[in-house]
Amino acid sequence: MNRFYVVLAGVAVVLAIGTFTMLKSDGGGASAAATGAPPTVVDDGFRGYSLGQGDAPIEITEYLDFECPVCASFDVIQMPTIKEQLINTGKVRWRYRDYPLPNHRYSRFSAHAAQCAGAQGRFFEMLDQLFHNHQWAQTGKDPSRLFRDLAKTAGLDLNAYDQCMEEGRYAQRIEFSRQEGDQLLVNGTPTFFANGKQLNFRRLPTSDDFKAVVDSIIAQSPPKPRTAPARN
Amino acid sequence: MRYRQAIALLALVGLFVALYLWLHALGLGGPLKCGTGGCDTVQASQYAVLFGVPVAFYGVVGYLAILVVALVALRPAALLEPKWNQLLVGLATVGVLFTAYLTYLELFVIHAICRWCVGSAVVITAVWIVALVSLRSPAIRTDPAASPPPPDPRA
Repeated sequence: MNRFYVVLAGVAVVLAIGTFTMLKSDGGGASAAATGAPPTVVDDGFRGYSLGQGDAPIEITEYLDFECPVCASFDVIQMPTIKEQLINTGKVRWRYRDYPLPNHRYSRFSAHAAQCAGAQGRFFEMLDQLFHNHQWAQTGKDPSRLFRDLAKTAGLDLNAYDQCMEEGRYAQRIEFSRQEGDQLLVNGTPTFFANGKQLNFRRLPTSDDFKAVVDSIIAQSPPKPRTAPARN
Repeated sequence: MRYRQAIALLALVGLFVALYLWLHALGLGGPLKCGTGGCDTVQASQYAVLFGVPVAFYGVVGYLAILVVALVALRPAALLEPKWNQLLVGLATVGVLFTAYLTYLELFVIHAICRWCVGSAVVITAVWIVALVSLRSPAIRTDPAASPPPPDPRA
């Protein structure tokens, strides 16, 4: 009997040391290059990924922050209807621009994850993953491992994703988008523009609000000339 | 006695697995050591919290309860009492049912597998099986009728 308690105590000590060791090691984490603001900014000509037909009469630009819970809520609840009623019907082309807020620790990192997914042609899949699994934004914990899981689910090549994140390849592009938002007087997320004109809603807009805006613009103005490809 | 010792050891292992996940859920330490598994996906899902408390905490409480009961049942005075085996079966059954529910969520709702959760599922299943086997093991009989007859003084 006494021998059993010695064994039990020994196992407890080994497990306690193992648990402590695992908790203490950080195991990598979010790369600084993808998390912080870059020292310099260049315009690479990129103006955001967009959904919809190139000849849609209305272009709505959304400035978003992936860590913003309202942006996530809007994407999860309102966007499916907006896609069905406005984008898929050819009335609207929807453009996504980054506007990482300074009070969000992993805004740039998540925007960067989406850009690295975009480099593999899977921006929208990653956007869905980031917004549909948005609990990461409420924990304050390093989400780098989770984002790798999400990237895998979104169908990304993880080696290319890791390299892109480690380099911080799109940090300047994200900062350029943020500065562009500043110039347009974006002061929160999500902020929307319809054909370049800022939309001011008194609350988080619904798909019905956008339908009303679109119907109003179509009724008042001639269609926008064809200029851009359907999706980039 | 061997069954109760085995249950105590298994519960101790399960306790530390749950403790690691719980401390991580509280924000202690870095990312989960999970290899290529989906631990962070599972931990970040809405199902990782139940009634405002991380699910792993229920694991800590459950394994601690099983460990304490198993140790109490190992006291010399309790060794002959089958009620402890029944209590261990009851606790392990609750644990197995809860684990089955969580595994269902991982496979069919979250679509990600947490290796630590699988480890915990293996441990609680083993506890349950050992507890069930202990119920079937022959109890030590202490009633006079079952005692060996006294030696014959005429012999």
